[in-house]
Parts: sequence; structure tokens; C-alpha cells
Amino acid sequence: MRAVLLGPWLRAGTGPRPHPATPHRAPHRALRAAPTAPNTACDSQQRLPAAGRDLPALKKVSVEVLDHLEQLALVDFRDSEGVERLQKAIQFADQLHEVNTDGVEPMDSVLEDRCLYLREDDVTEGNCTKELLENAREKVEEYFVAPPGNIPLPKLEERETFLQGSK
Amino acid sequence: MGVGIKTRSGSGRVATARLSAQPGGPRSQWAAAFLAALPIVPRGVAARWRRAAAAPGEGEGRSAGVRRRRRAGGAMLRTSLRQVSAALKDGRVTPTELCQRCLALIKTTKFLNAYITVAEETALKQAEESEKRYKRGQPLGILDGIPIAVKDNFNTAGIETTCASNMLKGYISPYNATVVQKLLDQGAVLLGKTNLDEFAMGSGSTDGVFGPVRNPWSYSKQYKDKSVPKSHSEDEESNWVITGGSSGGSAAAVSSFTCFAALGSDTGGSTRNPAAHCGVVGLKPTYGLISRHGLIPLVNSMDVPGILTRCVDDAAVLLGSLAGHDPKDSTTIQDDFKPFEIPNLTDFSKLSIGIPKEYHAPGLSSEILALWSKAADLFKNAGAKVVEVSLPHTRYSIVCYHVLCTAEVASNMARFDGLEYGHRSDMKDSTESMYAATRREGFNDVVRGRILSGNYFLLKQNYEKYFVKAQKVRRLIANDFVKVFRSGVDILLTPTTLSDAALYTEFIQEDNRTRSAQDDILTQAANMAGLPAINVPTALSERGLPVGLQFIGRSFQEKQLLTVAKWFEKQVQFPVIQLEEVKRHDSGVFQHKKSASFS
Repeated sequence: MRAVLLGPWLRAGTGPRPHPATPHRAPHRALRAAPTAPNTACDSQQRLPAAGRDLPALKKVSVEVLDHLEQLALVDFRDSEGVERLQKAIQFADQLHEVNTDGVEPMDSVLEDRCLYLREDDVTEGNCTKELLENAREKVEEYFVAPPGNIPLPKLEERETFLQGSK
Repeated sequence: MGVGIKTRSGSGRVATARLSAQPGGPRSQWAAAFLAALPIVPRGVAARWRRAAAAPGEGEGRSAGVRRRRRAGGAMLRTSLRQVSAALKDGRVTPTELCQRCLALIKTTKFLNAYITVAEETALKQAEESEKRYKRGQPLGILDGIPIAVKDNFNTAGIETTCASNMLKGYISPYNATVVQKLLDQGAVLLGKTNLDEFAMGSGSTDGVFGPVRNPWSYSKQYKDKSVPKSHSEDEESNWVITGGSSGGSAAAVSSFTCFAALGSDTGGSTRNPAAHCGVVGLKPTYGLISRHGLIPLVNSMDVPGILTRCVDDAAVLLGSLAGHDPKDSTTIQDDFKPFEIPNLTDFSKLSIGIPKEYHAPGLSSEILALWSKAADLFKNAGAKVVEVSLPHTRYSIVCYHVLCTAEVASNMARFDGLEYGHRSDMKDSTESMYAATRREGFNDVVRGRILSGNYFLLKQNYEKYFVKAQKVRRLIANDFVKVFRSGVDILLTPTTLSDAALYTEFIQEDNRTRSAQDDILTQAANMAGLPAINVPTALSERGLPVGLQFIGRSFQEKQLLTVAKWFEKQVQFPVIQLEEVKRHDSGVFQHKKSASFS
């Protein structure tokens, strides 16, 4: 009876022994030792797709797109680190393109085999206006007060954003 | 010592400490100083303990006096939920006493930063109500009077819910999350809200606005004995390790005995990862089993409330109380859930354990690899069928998660605009600029980064390329599991983390996204496929820190999963953490009474 199933791996070892005091350095060292060409076929030693030299080429995102993102998300990049972060995130996500998904349907939910059920159209809760208004900072009677609407966010040149200088 | 003692020796199983082979020696200077400085301990008692501790080389004998006192105190805080519940029923301890001890311990372990809010008054009130019920002989159930902690991204009525973010600082929720309500309805005592990464984004519990959570094992005898001492003062401050995340506060709270169970949330491993690093049981139930109503959402299609306890039996108790259909959460299944007692595993011939080879990821420490191998042997020797299986798309799971998570985050975080709740900026020029300013002020870098990435992947030109593609890959990953389970495998056995807990100073050298990508790799796929998974603490690493192994089961087959986990837990006999603070609070009613009046 083959006692140790993981025997082959234990003997070969995929990477250098992690230093006992610094366990987190190990993944980086192992990555540098890994082969460079990504392979969709199943290797017996799976490579970790993570930040490292094996990632797809870094595509620069244009300032227009960055500006557009800031407007859509209503959060700002704050500094060059923020933009770097996005670039790295995109580079990381580009690895998805290695996978062959021909003929595969997208999956929205793991419960897709079950029907979303309906309930009776009965009012079972409500009348909690007072509690809900308690958490709002600015309100008048039963209304939440917002600053004037229908005014678009200022354009890139007029906005106070890190991206302004980078055009 | 017998004044008003409700606890007796032998009232609970005294957790026998598995001491590493270290002779009894003087306690660390720090602990001794703390003891001496404690104003509420009469000098005589402290001196006696110090003398007992300092007696050289007697191993078991030296602390016999302390142990006798401890046994007399019942080691109440260190028992399991079931045992303390039995003690409450027998009247060996009262709910208020239990609650007060836990609150006092929370105060002394404040340096762990596990709790954001401690709801002292409401907890004591709940404990008093529970006591009345016990006196009448009508407890609500096994959870009546049990102190519990809840992660701070669950809504709790009347108690601040912050998600460790500036965006929700000061936010008092008007309602209880369903899981919180269920616990309260059964009489549980809610001690407080625990710390986490901001909005549950992260794998270290280091990125919240209230600061990082410290792993209680950093202060354990087991870790201190193994760590190379630098200068005494530097030692304590720079030598502590992280809890893992994002439910680090909950894991630390359970691990340091301040509560008997805690709720966490699990989206990519956020319950199992800290459970592995803190040496506690972390259960991620099947998606759709436990209601998410009231859990501030991160990824709607993957979030589940997680359960953290000190043993598998307790996890089953919590599961029994929380699982079931909730009309307020349409993603909960309507099937009847029957709470169960975990049976003993006797017939191994019908059990098939799968070892997915792709989980031998690069960077997996050799210690964990060895433990994984030993565990596989354990099952084999017991008569189970242990087979190697393949989940070929495992390595894309983390990339897929990255895209789907950021996309859903971009959507879920859109609700934070300052208008109805939470932080609101003073900007008044226009609605949009007010929203933008509020979100700039309220979110930290991690959250903002994910929102922006998510929006990028959802742009019209990228939608098919990234979001839909990730959804397709998700199906491939889920199908991998289906194929494996269909081939006859019942349970998968994998490591939970790549290594034991890292030093905080090391961990923060990489950014949140990189760390999450590294740390979630073994836990993430179960969330993709919605499968139940559990971390069982297995052994201590070379550094004296906990390491756990993960079991993944079939959808809605928690009973089978927990049966196997419980058997495994019994085989490995994971050592109890030896924390000086807990010893002090757990023994000696005299000492405890003082601290009760002190609080």
C-alpha cells in the first residue's frame, strides 16, 4: 500500500525551503525559479499566477480612461500608487485569457439550478421612518437632503485630482 | 478559597496543556512585571504565584499549586461551548459570572486589538436575563447565556457597526442581522464587535482604521519559547504575528478565550485563514445555508457568514442555530435544515478522501506539506480510501476571484454616498461632488483600489473580456469540483494556508492585493463553487505557531464534513494555547471577584 501519496512531491520539492523566520519570502523566491512560459495544459507542478515575471505585458491605461473611471466610481486615484495598483490589477487579471472557455456559459450564482422563489405580496414590515432617518446627517422632516443635483462632476482640468498633472 | 464558589474541580475537562519539552523556568519578565503591577491582586497571591513560577526545573511539579487553584476555578473560560452550557444548566456557574469574566479578560487582552466595540452594559443585561431564565429552569437552549462575539460587518441594533472604516464610524444600525437576531433569540450574550480588515478586504486584519489585530499566539509560551530573544523591550513590540484575515478579530477573540464562539464572514477564505493562524476551528458553510441579511456585503455571490469556535462540536452547535431559510435573504435555500449532533466516525470503508494535487502550490511550506501528508496517511491507516485528484483550474481561481470580487465590490460600495447613513462630507457644490468627497474621505486605499479596478473590468469595452470571462472560468472551477465529487470522493483534504502566521513587520511590506492573492489561494476555490469547508487546527509549526488543514465537502453535506473533521480533530490533539493572562482570570474566585468590582 503506497503510504505517502505526496511522496513524489516531498522528495522533489517545488521550491527552496522557506526560512523559518520569514515564511512570506518563499513564494517570491519560488516564482523566480519557475519556468517562464505559461502553459494551459495541466503541469504536475502548478505555477502560482501572481505578481512576478511571468505575467502578461503591462498595458498602460490612458488618462482618458482613468478620468472616466474616476467619474464612474466617484472615487479618486489619489496618487501614482493608485494608478500603479490599477495597472497591476489589470495585468493580474489578464491571465484569465489563457483559459479556453469556448462553449462555456458564464455562471452567475452557484444556486443557478434552483428557482428564485416568490413570496406573497403582503406587507410584513415597515413604518420605521424614524429609525431610518436617525442615521442621516442632513434631513428635513421626512426627507434626506442632498446638494443640488444634475450638476456633473467638474472636468479633469477643473477637478482637484491627481490625474490633472499627468495629461 | 471557598467563598461563594460555584465552580468545582472536575466541573469541566481541564484542558491539559501539551507543554513543549521545556522545563519550568521563570516567566518572562514582562508577564511577571504585569502581575506585580496589577493593583487588584493582593501582594501575597502575586508573590506566591511568582515564587511558584520561578522554582527552577520542576516541570509539572512547580505549578502544582497554581494548577490546583486553576482546577478549583474550573478553567471555565477554556472549556468548550457545550461544557460551559452544561455548567450553566447545573448551576456550577452563572451567566453573569461568565459574562463578567469574559469582559474582564477582554480588558486585559486589549493589546490584541481584537475588539472594536465592547458592549459591556448590554452584555451584562443579557446575562442577567439569562440568569433569570436559568433560575426559573427555562433556558432558551444550549446557547443561553453563552458569551459570543460578532465581526463588525454584521449589523447589530443599537451597537456601532463600522466595518473598520471611516465611512461607517459612528453608524448605529437600526436592525440586527438575521444571524445576530437568531443568536440573541436563543439567549446568547453579545460581548462586542470584533476587528477586521476594512470592509473585509484583506488577508491579514491589518488594514482597518482601528489598527491591526495581534495574534494571541504571539504571546503564548509556545511561541516565546521558540523565538530568538532580542533585547527584552524590542522583543514584545516587533515580534508579534498577524492573525490572518479578514475575520482576524473574531479568531483572536475565540483563540484568547474571551468568548466561546464568534461570527466571521467568508468570501475568499476570510474565516478559514485566520482560523488556521490562530489555531481555532473555522467553518465556512455552503452558500445559501445561512442568511446573509444584515451582513454588509462584499461579494454577493460568494459571501457567507462564518463560524469560529474552539472545537468542531461547537461549530455544529452554532450551525444548528444559524442555518435555515430566511425570507429576508432570497439566496437562502428553502430546504428544511435539521440541526444535528455529530456522529462518531466508525466506518471508514465507505469514506473516500481526495487529495487535490494542484493545492501543492509553490510557496507551500515544507512543514505544512509534511502535515498534509501525515493527515492523508492517518485516513489511509484508518481504512479510508485516499486518492489523488485533480482540479485543473485551481490556479486560475485566484485570478477569477480577483475580477469577480472587484466587480461586485464596485457595485456594493456604491451605496456609500453619505446621504442616508455613514460619513458625509461637508462639500455642498453638487450631489456628485459631495458623493465623491465623501467616498474619498471615507474609504482607505484598499477599498478605493478595488472599486476602481472593478469599474475598469465592468467598462463596456472590458465587460466581455474580463467580467464575463471570469464568470465562465468560475463555471469551469465549479465543474472541476463537481467532477471530482461525482467520481466518488466524499471529502477533499488540503492545507489552509501556505505557511504559519507571518510577522506583522514582514506582512506589511507587500500591498494588500498581493498578499490577498498569495494567502487566499488555497481557500478561495471553495467560495467560487459555494462548497462547505472547514479549517481544523492540526499542529504547531517550528516557530510554535498554529497550522491547520482544510476539509472541503459537498454542497449542503455539512454533517458529513463535520463528522470527518471531528474525527480528525480527535486524532491530532492540537495543543491548548498557554497564555499568562488567561490563567490569571480563569483561576481563583477571589481574584475574579476583585476584577468584577473593578469593572
